[in-house]
Amino acid sequence: MQEVLNKKNVEKRILAPRESRDTIGRINVSNPRMICRDVNVYYGDKQAIRNVSIDIGCNEVLAMIGPSGCGKSTFLRCLNRMNDTIDNCRVTGEILFDDKDIYDSSIDVVPLRAQIGMVFQKPNPFPKTIYENVAWAPRIHGIIESKSDADEIVETSLQKAGLWGEVKDRLDQPGNGLSGGQQQRLCIARAIAVSPEVILMDEPCSALDPIATAKIEDLIEELRTQYTIAIVTHSMQQASRVSQRTAFFHLGDLIEVGATEAIFTKPSHQLTEDYITGRYG
Amino acid sequence: MSPLLLFLLLLLLSVTGFFIGRRKAVSLAKKAGGTSRLHSLPVYYGTLTAFWCCLPAFFMFLIWLSFEQSIITWLMVADLPEQARALPPARLNVLISDIQGLVNGNIVSGEVTPLMRSAAEHYISLKGISQMITSVMVLVVAIAGMLMVHRQIKPELRARNQVEKVVMGLLVVCSTIAIFTTVGIVLSILYEAVRFFQQIPVTDFLFGLEWSPQMAIREDQVGSSGAFGAVPVFAGTILISAIAMFIAAPIGLMSAIFLSEYADRRLRSVVKPLLEILAGVPTVVYGFFAALVVAPLIRNSGAQFGIDVSSESALAAGLVMGVMIIPFVSSLSDDVINAVPQSLRDGAYSVGATRSETIKDVLVPAALPGIVGGLLLAVSRAIGETMIVVMAAGLSANLTANPLQAVTTVTVQIVTLLVGDQEFDSPKTLAAFALGLVLFIGTLLLNIIALTFVRKYRERYD
Repeated sequence: MQEVLNKKNVEKRILAPRESRDTIGRINVSNPRMICRDVNVYYGDKQAIRNVSIDIGCNEVLAMIGPSGCGKSTFLRCLNRMNDTIDNCRVTGEILFDDKDIYDSSIDVVPLRAQIGMVFQKPNPFPKTIYENVAWAPRIHGIIESKSDADEIVETSLQKAGLWGEVKDRLDQPGNGLSGGQQQRLCIARAIAVSPEVILMDEPCSALDPIATAKIEDLIEELRTQYTIAIVTHSMQQASRVSQRTAFFHLGDLIEVGATEAIFTKPSHQLTEDYITGRYG
Repeated sequence: MSPLLLFLLLLLLSVTGFFIGRRKAVSLAKKAGGTSRLHSLPVYYGTLTAFWCCLPAFFMFLIWLSFEQSIITWLMVADLPEQARALPPARLNVLISDIQGLVNGNIVSGEVTPLMRSAAEHYISLKGISQMITSVMVLVVAIAGMLMVHRQIKPELRARNQVEKVVMGLLVVCSTIAIFTTVGIVLSILYEAVRFFQQIPVTDFLFGLEWSPQMAIREDQVGSSGAFGAVPVFAGTILISAIAMFIAAPIGLMSAIFLSEYADRRLRSVVKPLLEILAGVPTVVYGFFAALVVAPLIRNSGAQFGIDVSSESALAAGLVMGVMIIPFVSSLSDDVINAVPQSLRDGAYSVGATRSETIKDVLVPAALPGIVGGLLLAVSRAIGETMIVVMAAGLSANLTANPLQAVTTVTVQIVTLLVGDQEFDSPKTLAAFALGLVLFIGTLLLNIIALTFVRKYRERYD
């Protein structure tokens, strides 16, 4: 079942072989947290991403936009090696985190993912209580030693995710019982609980209504002070509201990178302009 | 007209009914200007006509069939000469069954008298008349039903709703068949069990510690003990099932986890069918494997350690039974673990969980209801298994918790009690039904407990 699903996604991203296109705009920033150079991703022998080079700065929100199938989610999943779970996926190039290539054989993927957390498109709380949803990850990483540690982490994480006030009286109820927006914030709290440095968000609001979306966007704004955030979104309004820099992907290429304001007011590349003005995609 | 021919004719009539109903609807639609003027599609008008043609006639047929025999017999008895009707009821019954035997060409108990012969002829003629009446009535009802609906077909007739109601009714009937069958089984067991408990007190049966159901058929027979304490038998069942589950639950669950989470696609496509082949091996084959290979092996290795192992042991039967039910646990658990959404795995991996932490804390709890279901199926297989136990664990009802001794189980005892010539007024035979009843109640309780458990821990995924 899962294999079929993966295959479907892969086929969507298959591109015809051709030369990669150059990226317009400044890819590097003054204080980068992650540095990606010449990243290529292949599913089997098909290439999904070509020569993507980009920096993700400390305490910035980087938005990745582009039409469906352009490879932005694939790229995001490279950043914490979630693509490892897909059988035939292969990544080349360099992705530096703390000056080390995360695809280096000396890197252990388990602590890496604790440092680079992820929030998914569909809220996916574990079938556990709200409390356990948050406390589980710190516990398996040995961050929690006592019950009071756990209580503290659960409270601060939920508070940071803006959910504490709504759930503090029912922490022992199942996480699946919350509304969609609350579940997504629970997933953010779960990601925060292991104190990551980078949070990757893959269309975190696409399954939510406008009110829940607004709450998550406010939350992203607050989280930026402590974390580095990369967010994939289909909503250009959202990209312009929450991000400082924006990267536009098209058919596996990184077409243009720049300050969000610049991208949305005076894009340099024709494709970018067509996309953000709604003439394309 | 024979029932089969009548049945085919009814079917043919219904098909005709379908076509004429549909044709009328189509022609009405044409007159009114398009199918959209009708309340339902023409095919529903056809189906409704067919239903009205066959269902009432069919039910009438069934009702007649169920009363035919008794009505004919009653008529025949009423026609017997005075001296025959004055016989005591038991003798009269013998006479009736003799006459019926004569009609069917079977042997009769005594001499065939002219009285019986004439009664048999009368019986045959009555039967012929009855069949004719049935045929005519069924066909009349069928045609009347068909014509009645056919006349009613108008654009406003809500044919679809009526057809859907009838279909729903049929579905309800189908789903109640299983329930009624269960009730029937329970009642039949209950009836015999009550007769058993009239002879042996319930407390003796439920709490007695000795099982030795030999009863004397004649007064002068020796070796009859007649002890009906069911505890050793149930203890044997529990012991062997426990050994089997002790083998099957961990091995099955582990192999399910390996197959669904660790094995690559190619390995899985080979291993899973191979495991499922195990489920297809006849239990008799497992039985002699247990008796010829496993039991001697256990006895010999026991002898090396200086332990006294009987040649038929609960351990041998339990081990082999455990192997037998591994595929039930593994295959079902593998399916449910696979059915846990990928998003949960992604969520766990994204916070830096290892594969084993993900399995232990996320996947297995999420799949728990299904896993419990699989285990329960395995337990009921283990409790119901007879062949392996007969061959490998023996027939002697020892009350022991030592798996190295011979024990026996409920199902084995039921089989041995009911094999051979029976007399249905002896507690020996009736004890089988009492055992069956208690076994049934036991598995029912097990089911209820498991269902409550599953309901309590069932998690919603989306």
